[in-house]
Amino acid sequence: MLYDGAKILVGLIIGLAFFVSPFVYDAGKPYKKPEPQLTEKAKKAGECVASKAFMREWHMQLLDEWRNEVVRKGERYYRPRELARKSTLDKRLLDQWRHLVSDGTRHYIPKTDKVYYKSLQNTCLDCHSNKSKFCDECHNYLGVHPYCWNCHIAPEEKK
Amino acid sequence: MDVNRREFLKIAGLSTLFGVGVNSVFQLLAPGELEASLSPLKKDRKIQWAIAVDMKKVDDRMLDKAVEACHRYHNVPKIPGHKGLKWIWKEDFEHSFPEQENSYVNEEIEKMHFPLLCNHCDNPPCCRVCPTKATFKREDGIVMMDWHRCIGCRFCMAACPYGSRSFNWGDPRRVMTDEELKKLNPDFPTNMEFPTRTKGVVEKCTFCYDRIDKGKRPICVEVANKIKEQAFIFGNILDPESDIRTVLKERFALRRKPELGTGTNIYYLI
Amino acid sequence: MIQTVFKGSRRYGYWILFLLAIIAVAFGCYLYQFKEGLLITGMNRDVSWGFYIAQFTYLVGIAASGVMVVLPCYLHNYKAFARITVFGEFLAIAAVMMCLLFIFVDIGKPVRMLNVLFYPTPHSILFWDMVVLNVYMLLNIFIGWNVLSAERKGVHYPNWVKVLIYISIPWAFSIHTVTAFIYAGLPGRPYWLTAIMAARFLSSAFCSGPALLILLCLIIRKVTNFDPGKEQIRTLGSIVAYAMLLNVFFFLLELFTAFYSHIPEHMRPLIFLFKGLEGHGRLAPWMWTATIFAFISLVLLVVPQTRRNEDTLLVACISVIIATWIDKGLGLVIGGFTPNPFGGITDYWPTKPEVMISIGVYATGFLVLTLLYKMAVSVKEEVGA
Repeated sequence: MLYDGAKILVGLIIGLAFFVSPFVYDAGKPYKKPEPQLTEKAKKAGECVASKAFMREWHMQLLDEWRNEVVRKGERYYRPRELARKSTLDKRLLDQWRHLVSDGTRHYIPKTDKVYYKSLQNTCLDCHSNKSKFCDECHNYLGVHPYCWNCHIAPEEKK
Repeated sequence: MDVNRREFLKIAGLSTLFGVGVNSVFQLLAPGELEASLSPLKKDRKIQWAIAVDMKKVDDRMLDKAVEACHRYHNVPKIPGHKGLKWIWKEDFEHSFPEQENSYVNEEIEKMHFPLLCNHCDNPPCCRVCPTKATFKREDGIVMMDWHRCIGCRFCMAACPYGSRSFNWGDPRRVMTDEELKKLNPDFPTNMEFPTRTKGVVEKCTFCYDRIDKGKRPICVEVANKIKEQAFIFGNILDPESDIRTVLKERFALRRKPELGTGTNIYYLI
Repeated sequence: MIQTVFKGSRRYGYWILFLLAIIAVAFGCYLYQFKEGLLITGMNRDVSWGFYIAQFTYLVGIAASGVMVVLPCYLHNYKAFARITVFGEFLAIAAVMMCLLFIFVDIGKPVRMLNVLFYPTPHSILFWDMVVLNVYMLLNIFIGWNVLSAERKGVHYPNWVKVLIYISIPWAFSIHTVTAFIYAGLPGRPYWLTAIMAARFLSSAFCSGPALLILLCLIIRKVTNFDPGKEQIRTLGSIVAYAMLLNVFFFLLELFTAFYSHIPEHMRPLIFLFKGLEGHGRLAPWMWTATIFAFISLVLLVVPQTRRNEDTLLVACISVIIATWIDKGLGLVIGGFTPNPFGGITDYWPTKPEVMISIGVYATGFLVLTLLYKMAVSVKEEVGA
């Protein structure tokens, strides 16, 4: 014997409906794996500021580090080879690198002693200028809306 | 352990408070944090960028160009009215130096227009009051803005004795969609290599810190000096051999509200 | 004890619904502000703080209601006040809560509010203001709740509560001092740059807080079965009298310094407020209204017969609240920003959405106050106090 049985049942059904609604909303739509595309310039560059596997997982943390270093400390240049010194991200970076395999090597050592100017707008998006086909691919899939773009201007893309 | 619901809630509440408080204390005691807070008071700085404006060389056309160049470079939108934004602008003598109450001032000076901008004070009240250190004084003397951190409380605007700061009351990018504002800002953003800001943050002249970091001069200085050499004399005021120190030895300069002890670094050579 | 708020008279229910309706409308306005930004308010580049911060400043003063009842009771053994300490403390909780809400609706990026905790900055007064206000609210929550709870159970409250009570007394003084320091330390605003800013904040707090408490006590006596007590209201009246005298005296001191020294930057904000400058004089009628009400309140408070008569005391308290609200709210904030750093005048007046959101914050505060008072009154009625 269930006290207030009718109310409980109605409540349960409403709750279940809310819970199931996201799945129902997308039912029938084909699953599309996000496929970020590289621009010609990116393909030619061959390497990014860090390995693909690293960037896929940690690019936001890297950008967070960068924005503090640039704005608050005035350190504008990033030399991946010299990484094992200052930043607090280093230990995490190094730990990750030891677990990730990139291009068959255990540690990702960039091929050149390249120096990068830390800037989302001017460095990252210089190579990855196709934001809607690169950044947005995964971001939209995961429902991630970083507010970086409220300030940092994404380059205009040809339709 | 026999804990009833009330005790559980009490323990949970107190733990949260304790955790928050301890975290704040940890942040405070983190290496470098206290030093960063006290940096405006550091006496052993080597660089303090400053500008001496030679009012004998400055004219309206030059100032208009400098203002336009700065606002275009930094994507400062043109928004009319009292909610507008400006990093550098022209002001007459009476409003540039209101404390110099002078009924009989020289007519020439009365009609002159002075360029007003952030003074990048030695002892900035804005940095003292910012609750998140979103505005802070850099090692080279520039009073910086960290737009990632600003919460828009506008305490710095209340603290600045010079009215150098503007607030983004709305989204600055609305000038791209709003009918009236679109006409004033047809090609916004005017510089694709510099970010805009968002609604809800305070902004001001940052002495073109990104150009200084690359060894260049602030845009206003460059534009003005292209029209007349040494109209805006830029340099390190702590270096006794610099251009600016040399000219300050030779000529008298006015500063805005010096009695407040802020240590302004914009000098007006009259 | 919480269950007592769910049972009440019809009038109580309608009052709650009325408040909820206001809150709903104001919340809608707030969503509009959240989307468009503070553009929708009347604030501008020159007057960058306005109605919201004015209300915040005034409500910090109202939060003094707690200490003005607790101090005589615990430090001077004036046991009569023990009957109503919980009402003072609960008013303080609601007031501080409204303060925090007003800050929340005023900042440009509310989602970044926690930055004040993540990046603590001891050289910023706003940081300390956040600390003292939140701790004061917590103190009053712990104290008020435990004292009421103990009263309901017919026992004496635990001893650790007494420690908190003794801490809350100087802590209450600190909230006004720190809030005053927000204004009094700024070199560019001559109207605020006065050593007695903290003293003025304390004096206006000690008259406006208890004045509101008297009003609330009179309301409680009318709509419930609990009578806060004639003696208690009478003593509170005396406190309001002395504090208002001090408050007006301090203001006259400001007038003397400004006008006897005849320094323009000290005189001009006052002239702007009371007369107007360069054609901008919108605040003048308000400031004179405040003056008239202050005068009325002083007469009624100083004359013993009118102070002891509860009807005239009611008028006096309303007058105190009107006068202090105008002076400490609009007058203080707008006067500080006018003239602007360039010597010019920029007008400010709150817009309708700004006022609606403020009303919503007040309604939220009154809702919390109603619920807390309902609880307190129910407990007191229960134990037959």
